[in-house]
Amino acid sequence: MTAPTLVFGWGNPSRGDDALGPLFVERFEALAAIHPEWGEVECLTDFQLQVEHALDLQGRRRVLFADASLDAPPPCSLVRIVAARDASFTTHAMSPQAVLKVYADIENGEPPPCWLLAIRGERFELGEGLGEAARGNLAAALEAAAHWIEEVPER
Amino acid sequence: MSHELETASRPETLRRVAIDPVSRVEGHGKVTILLDENNKIHQVRLHIVEFRGFERFIQGRPYWEVPVMVQRLCGICPVSHHLAASKALDVMLGIRQITPTAEKVRRLMHYGQMLQSHALHFFHLSSPDLLFGFDSEVALRNIVGVAAAHPEIARKGVLLRKFGQEVIHMTAGKRVHGTGAVPGGVNKSLAAADRAALLKDVYQMVAWSREAVQISKQLHTATPALYDVFGNFRSNFMSIVAPDGGMDFYHGALRARDADGRLLFDQVNYQGYNDLIEEEVRPWSYMKFPFLRSLGKEDGWYRVGPLARVQNCDQISSPLADGERKEFVAYGKGQPIHATLAYHWARMIEMLYAAETIKELLHDDDIEGSDLMVTGTRQPGEEAEGVGVIEAPRGTLFHHYRVGEDDLVTMANLIVSTTHNNQAMNTAVREVAKKYLTGREITEGLLNHIEIAIRAFDPCLSCATHALGRMPLEVAIVGADGTLIDEVTRDHRGLTRALA
Repeated sequence: MTAPTLVFGWGNPSRGDDALGPLFVERFEALAAIHPEWGEVECLTDFQLQVEHALDLQGRRRVLFADASLDAPPPCSLVRIVAARDASFTTHAMSPQAVLKVYADIENGEPPPCWLLAIRGERFELGEGLGEAARGNLAAALEAAAHWIEEVPER
Repeated sequence: MSHELETASRPETLRRVAIDPVSRVEGHGKVTILLDENNKIHQVRLHIVEFRGFERFIQGRPYWEVPVMVQRLCGICPVSHHLAASKALDVMLGIRQITPTAEKVRRLMHYGQMLQSHALHFFHLSSPDLLFGFDSEVALRNIVGVAAAHPEIARKGVLLRKFGQEVIHMTAGKRVHGTGAVPGGVNKSLAAADRAALLKDVYQMVAWSREAVQISKQLHTATPALYDVFGNFRSNFMSIVAPDGGMDFYHGALRARDADGRLLFDQVNYQGYNDLIEEEVRPWSYMKFPFLRSLGKEDGWYRVGPLARVQNCDQISSPLADGERKEFVAYGKGQPIHATLAYHWARMIEMLYAAETIKELLHDDDIEGSDLMVTGTRQPGEEAEGVGVIEAPRGTLFHHYRVGEDDLVTMANLIVSTTHNNQAMNTAVREVAKKYLTGREITEGLLNHIEIAIRAFDPCLSCATHALGRMPLEVAIVGADGTLIDEVTRDHRGLTRALA
């Protein structure tokens, strides 16, 4: 049985604040374990967002993506996202909006409701740990996610 | 094999065009082109603008942590690093042969990685160029564009990629940062239920891989005036091959051929790679330039990866892929194929080989065996040493470690596939710039030709840093007096704006 709620974070745990995505998921999973009222939640992480992650959206009722961001206002931003044919001109990594569009195209239907939690990060060097500011941003992101899961109904 | 267009004689008099960073490749790459007032090209360079720091990241760590932690060097081919490190540490621990189950589980993991990586590159990273054309609208040239125009192709690409990821998940134990391989063997074999699940789907994966070879072959043979010529230059080739000269991604010995296909060396034990290969440092790039010592800097550079492997081997052990290899070789009419875009065709032959090999391994009962580990006698002396080499998706990958008596790594040297291809990528970019850009106004479509030449190598320029908003594409045209003439930026949302 597919869990109705998916929380998906990505990033490289060994690249400074890039660890924010997977660390967020790890902490959120611990919180979900003591909050049965949140319902069944599946928590997944990966290095990067890619095409096959469109398949992880199948059968979900709500999805929260989480990643480190250089653009987000500190400590974090939480916004509803929709499928978008963006360029994703970055690297092998895709934007979450583009993943939703892949879902829509290959499934020939609308993706589940999705939100993006962008957690402000500053430094992304190999071998660095999480920065002090990022630690605070992570705590705020967890609070924001707790509000999200309590306020956004499972469709 | 000259270095024409590497360094202009009077760069201060020329205007500069920069592609920064190159899109749809991994990491931070930057291309700079120096032009005179007539748009004649005088200098082209592919720079790597980020210092990787891999070795520093590894030194000082306990050796047993290394196979897991090196996966964090690269978000694209972590399994290759995982296995190359495990193989190097097998040697350091004096282990000559791991158990049949351990080797087959490692092979399965690796061939799963090859399948998913090649599927991603062909169906999603390069197919937009190939299916829509080099000058197509920017917004179309990405995975989402392919999905909209060719949903069935995009879907197969997604499912091939997903299948490869499932193979990795089931052999490595986790979706990411798996601990499947350890020095001396593996932690687990394949569970019966996982084996059955993969067997159910593998025939479809072989069929789709065959289709992908046909698509790539048709693209090449239908437009020879483009595919045979674009970024065509002569080079040596290097890869590992099996003892019988066959293709092998997991283990073998080093073989190199010259630009005419003649053997330069064969069946050389990679523990002595330092006697074969030297790495040159050039002041304008963080990435080194390896070359074969026997031929020297000017003539000793080489290509690795699919184009090298398919032509370096004598045969492929799986029948469908070997049939395709023969057709590929025949297309060269007795000479090696040097066209840059032939990488795509060769890559799909390799994907078919990977799919067939996965099928074969899944039918082998050893894959569920319980004999997982062997122990050896660590090399005597203050420092023990080992080299592990594997054919990663992009080419030959070297891991070399020395470990002190306290079990901490004292020295690490990694030569990744993209480093081997450094000179070749620079040469490809220069050939394309010379042919398509000289004397013309620089347009976004023309700059995409440069990126297409780089993308054919599927380079992994750095590793796994990708935070939102981090990687815009910037093109700057600077006049001879240093003033900014024009600047165009596009970001991850695909926006384009002129700031001049």
